[in-house]
Parts: sequence; C-alpha cells; structure tokens
Amino acid sequence: MADPGAGAAAPGAPTVIADAVHIAYTVPTGPGTHRRVHAVRGVGFVARRGESIGLIGSNGSGKSTLLKAIAGLQQTESGRVYTRGRPALLGVDAALMGDLSGERNVILGGLAMGMSRSGIASRYEGIVDFSGLPDGRDGRENALARPMRTYSSGMAARLRFAIAATARSHDVLLVDEALATGDARFQRRSRRRIDELRAAAGTVFLVAHSHATIRETCDRALWLEAGTLRMDGPAEEVTAAYEEFTRTGATPPDE
Amino acid sequence: MTLTLPPPPTATPARPAGPPPAGRRAPDEDLAALARRHGLSVSGARPPLTAYVRGLWSRRDFIAAFATARLTAQYSQARLGQLWQLMTPLLNAAVYYLMFGILMNAQHGVPDYLPFLLTGVFVWTFTANTLTAGTRAISGNLGLVRALHFPRASLPLSLALLQLQQLLLSLAALVVLLFCFGEFPTWSWLLAVPAILLQTLFSAGVSLALARLAARTPDISQLMPFVLRTWMYVSGVMWSFSSMAASGRFPDWVVLALRCNPAAVYIDLVRFALVRSFTAEQLPPHVWALAAGWALLAFAGGFVWFWKAEETYGRG
Repeated sequence: MADPGAGAAAPGAPTVIADAVHIAYTVPTGPGTHRRVHAVRGVGFVARRGESIGLIGSNGSGKSTLLKAIAGLQQTESGRVYTRGRPALLGVDAALMGDLSGERNVILGGLAMGMSRSGIASRYEGIVDFSGLPDGRDGRENALARPMRTYSSGMAARLRFAIAATARSHDVLLVDEALATGDARFQRRSRRRIDELRAAAGTVFLVAHSHATIRETCDRALWLEAGTLRMDGPAEEVTAAYEEFTRTGATPPDE
Repeated sequence: MTLTLPPPPTATPARPAGPPPAGRRAPDEDLAALARRHGLSVSGARPPLTAYVRGLWSRRDFIAAFATARLTAQYSQARLGQLWQLMTPLLNAAVYYLMFGILMNAQHGVPDYLPFLLTGVFVWTFTANTLTAGTRAISGNLGLVRALHFPRASLPLSLALLQLQQLLLSLAALVVLLFCFGEFPTWSWLLAVPAILLQTLFSAGVSLALARLAARTPDISQLMPFVLRTWMYVSGVMWSFSSMAASGRFPDWVVLALRCNPAAVYIDLVRFALVRSFTAEQLPPHVWALAAGWALLAFAGGFVWFWKAEETYGRG
C-alpha cells in the first residue's frame, strides 16, 4: 500500500509513532479524594519526516495531553509513544521561573536543554530579537531585566517560544497554541520559524484553536474527540469535517 | 520484514466522522516493529542509571546556574539583599543563645559555649535547609519540569549546593568570631572539610528522597518543620551530650543512639575540628566510619530511589 495520509507528503521516515496510547491521570478533588480522568483512549498514528500535523478537537478532547505524551512529559497508562530524538514542547503556560528575570530564564532554559554557556551567549541576542521583547536598546524599558512573573501571558509565551525554538534543530517540534498568543507580528515570525524548522527535516505538531492557522501551517490533521482519534487526513478535509460536525450542533460527548 | 511492510494504520485516507476507530487499528506489534526498525525510542522513558549520571554531569553548568539564580531571587525583595545570607544564621544563633545559653543555662558545664552553639546551629541549618528545599525541588519548579527535558535530579542537587554555599559563608563568619574569642587556626580545622563533604552527601541524598516523596505527596512539606524541629532538639544542637550523659537521667544506650544519629555525628565532627575544648572523648566510637556510612547510605539510596521515578515528575 502507498503512504496515504497526504498524497503530496514525501515518503519520509517515521519520526513519531503512537501505538494504542491510553492516558489517564488522577486529579485531587479534595482531602483524600481523587477523580480519574481518562484523557486519551487508544490513539494510534504514524508521523513522518517533513510532515506538519495539526491537532484539532473540542476543549478537553485530549489534544494537549497527547502532545505532552509525545514530548515524554506525560506517562502513558498503556500503549507507547515512540519518537526520534527528544521532542521539544512549546506551550503557553509560559513562565519557566517566575521570580527570575527574563534574561536569567533564557540562560537557565538553554542550560537545562543541554546547551553550553558559550552556545547560549552566541544565541542570546537572536533569542531576544526573536521574542520581540523590548530589551532597552532603543530607549524603551528593558523587559528582560524584570522577573518573568511580571510579564503578560503573551510576553511570557513569546520568550519561551524563542528560547525553545532557538535551541538546536529538533527532530520533532510540538507547539501548543503558541501561535494564538502574541501579536500578529509575532505570529508571523513564529510561523516562519516553524516553516524553517520543518524545512530542517523535522516533524511539527501544532495544537491551535484557529482552523485557519491549521490549514495554513499544516498539511495533515488529527481530530480528537473525547480522547479518541476521530479522523486523520489532509488538514483541509479534517478541518472541514470538524466544522461540519460542530455546525450541525452535535455536542462533543464529554461536555 | 522489508520496508514495504506494514502500512501504518494511520495511513487510512481521510474518512468521514464516525465512531471511534477502536477496532480499526492493525495489531500493536506492527507499530512497535516499525518503531524498532527506524530506531525510534520510547518517549519519556527513564534512561539507564549510567546514562542518567552522564546527563547530570553534562548539565553541571545548569546545576550551578540554577543555584545562583535561586539565591539571587531569594533576596531580591529584601532591602538588605544578600546581607541576609549572613544575618539569618547569626540572628538564629543569637536567639538560641538567649533561650538556651542564658535562660535555660545549657551552657553550664560546656566550655566555649558560644562557638559550640554557633557551630551546631550553622551545621544543623545546612542539613535542615537542604531537606526543606528538597521537598520543594520538584513541586516548586513544575513550570520548568513540565516545559523542558533535563535530569530532574539537577534540581535537588542544585538546591543542596546552594545550601552548602550558605553554610560556607556562615562558617566564614564563625571563623571571624573565633578569632575574636582568641581561637586561631590549627591543623585540626582541616578536619572540617571531610566532615562537611560527608554531610553534604548525606543531606543531598535525603533531599533527593524527599523530593520524590513530596512530588507525589505535597503534604510532606507541611510535615517537615515538625520533623526537623524534633530532630534538631534531639541532636545536641544547643546542648551537650556530655552534660546529658552526666545528668544520669537517661540510660547510656539512649545517649549513644542520639549521638550516632547523622545530624549529631556531623555537628560534633565539625565542633571537634573547630572548637578546641571539644575533644575526641565527646565523639561517639568509630565516628568517621559512622559519618561515611550515613553519607554513602543516604546518597546512594536517595539517588537511585529518586531516579526510579524520573519519568513521573511533573506529570498530570
């Protein structure tokens, strides 16, 4: 059988394989009581080099949880996620260390990811430029000197995106709605950066509310509903089917 | 098996919305085999112990920078800033001197009570603060843990190093005070170095274990102050075991057991090194073996136990 997902996709090697993945976690609901959340139920897919894959679905459908599992930051209950290299996750719960300055966060984030001090020093300016935060050079305030907890969520998301995206090229890049934050200029910049990263022979996963973003950025889409994979195919078709599904007023089962 | 095999199950062309594709997928072996053939690894799997240690070593710059950054952040809100690094232990010692030295007269029969007390307070504070920091090492840095990959043991180890730096600063102040009391450096002062190294290993090991415990059960950090206070009171921080033994109110084995507890062992070793009137008779038997034993046991045990849950930190 031919590689189908998208007819145009180059038959690249697999970079992410999800094999019957179930994810459940317990949420404390009070003293001594827990609630079990079965967030992802038996999802399987193969992602290949050069693909850019959008994840869509209603709130609570398991998109972000699945992304965390691909990143290796969420254990699976059963099934496995196989990845090439170590995926990098860019999310919006952004401040790495809130009481430290933006500058310190850039340095510590880079060191934590395994970059060398000199590597960070040579990339520092690029990271700050990319984030678009005022750094005091043009007479405006220097936001990098402020503790990160004083940032707006958009600013923090931009800086964190800049930190993670400037690291060495990743085989797999996971983006959780980072494009939805920040102003239009930053969105354009980050979209360009994602294109660059894709061109560097990686695979990109993107969770975004905006279907326009998914259609523009991705060639393939996975539609999750109540933790199950409802549809997997070209981004245009999957988003169209999802829109049809929401327009006909069918409510997602878990809401 | 050749590369033409097997078609990935996701490879089904776009299909209309329908029931969940539960039974649709190919047997799991196919995907696992595909992953193996292309050299993919299980995401988030815990690395073997040796690879883990190598990963930690390659993050040594991060470990150092994290400690420095924490230290800066800790005092960034205070007017006197870094001066508190010195003021806090000295004020603590002043309070204990007032309470125990003067009001409760614990200094009765203890020559050089002030150096005795200061050494006890500083050395104890190092272990106590390292353990307290350990309970928050993971739970207090979830933003970092959830965003980036790095060996999680970096966090408790970094915080232990930070506390070690604070201890060295306190001891520098102590040395200045010792000069004022007319005590001058002797070769025995060098014994403080191995004693503190072993104490660092011990504290870091227990801190790693507490980090794992508190990552799962945050209530541990609520309990810690009580545990630590009890431990402090039984470890002879502000009173002397010799006075306790001489009082005759406790059986010898109780005194011996308290003397052999790790906190007391490290405190008394540093006292033995720095305080001239604190002689070898006041140390428990086989004291260096005890110090090394506690250190190795705690560090090896704590490290391995922490590593065994590496993939679970920051989840959910």
